[in-house]
Amino acid sequence: MPDFDFAQPTTLDEALELFAGSGEIRALVGGTDIVDQLKTGRRNADLVVDVKRIPELQRLEVTGDGLHIGAARSCTDVGEFPAVRSDYRSLAESAMLIGSWQIQNRAGVGGNVCNAAPSGDTIPPLLVHDATAVVASASGRREIALSDFFAGPGQTVLQKGEILVELVLPPIPDNSASAYLRFIPRNEMDIAVAGVGSFLQLDPSNNAVLKARIALASVAPTPLRARAAEEVLEGNVLTDELIEVAAEAAVGAATPITDVRGSAEYRRELVRVLTRRTLAICRDRING
Amino acid sequence: MKHISMTVNGDQHELLVDPGWTLLETLRDNLRLTGTKEGCSNGNCGACTVMIDGRTANSCLVLAAEMDGTEITTVEGIAKHGKLNPVQEAFIKDGALQCGFCTPGFIISATALLQRNPNPTEEEIRTRLAGNLCRCTGYDKIIMAVEDAAAMLRG
Repeated sequence: MPDFDFAQPTTLDEALELFAGSGEIRALVGGTDIVDQLKTGRRNADLVVDVKRIPELQRLEVTGDGLHIGAARSCTDVGEFPAVRSDYRSLAESAMLIGSWQIQNRAGVGGNVCNAAPSGDTIPPLLVHDATAVVASASGRREIALSDFFAGPGQTVLQKGEILVELVLPPIPDNSASAYLRFIPRNEMDIAVAGVGSFLQLDPSNNAVLKARIALASVAPTPLRARAAEEVLEGNVLTDELIEVAAEAAVGAATPITDVRGSAEYRRELVRVLTRRTLAICRDRING
Repeated sequence: MKHISMTVNGDQHELLVDPGWTLLETLRDNLRLTGTKEGCSNGNCGACTVMIDGRTANSCLVLAAEMDGTEITTVEGIAKHGKLNPVQEAFIKDGALQCGFCTPGFIISATALLQRNPNPTEEEIRTRLAGNLCRCTGYDKIIMAVEDAAAMLRG
């Protein structure tokens, strides 16, 4: 392990003062990415700041403006939270399939977002639920739509001195549901070859799609929305044929690479299949 | 160095730790609790599994400096008053190990699972133990041992 200093602030102000300092400063939540990255030299740090003892970053509650997930909350905390299990099911599904149980107990959903891996499993569910990232620095706070948060593999738009405070997901509308599926060649403990999250809101009188969200992982430099596929769905009656057209449109949003986990062509086919399946699961959950 | 106070298997320890030390290194090298094993050192194999405040974690990915005020359980703390716990007994009875290197991690994960759910399905056992790798047994005897331990715990 390389040399670095360590701090464990107990207030947000104290933390932001630390992050305003010079050198490479890394936030530590579960450590399941960053500790390994430090050990292997893939990231470096002059100072590691454990942010888990900051009350605002441990927030996990539903208020009038939606679900608030503090940046230091673990995948287990989030995946087992009753409101997440009932109303934001795709997020519960993704939080409970990252790594192993040991990993889920430590790794934060906020950490998964800030690590910004193209394959981050919690990210498509957060995107389809229109999550906003609340970030702060010593000079103030700002809100960033999560769809604007990612800049490249492992890169976010966070500026020097800024940290993620919480993720806010607006309340879900009636007659809506979300779902997340990823493909891996075994049952557990792997990184997605491709992942798709979907969200649908249907008009109960005629089954027309009032709102659609589709987000993809592992098929582009960052997780991303498949907006053309959403537009295919919105305003039209949800049929198997429409789902097929949307799945084809989702493939168009993917710009995958060929690597050890799968070829670009295979990943595009996975986007089609997983989009079709997640939309069908959303429909079943709504009609439930 | 950072001063931490942590409870390990019921004993409180005051330690000065380097920010770069992992919990695994501190348990093994400072506290000489060598039951917890180092396998891959990157969070895949689960040989280093311990409980932190009742939840399992890969101690190779945890900094000792994070641990101030926490309660740690290692495999050395699983047997109580000289009596093996049901998971340990079942592993022996069912021969759920060969080389034994992965066993402490499995014992911790299985104990944590049964504390949470004394009657898990085979699927739940396999899912919850997916972060513990065994290269000898092929897993069937391990799954059987956890099912037997669950039956013992339910009486």
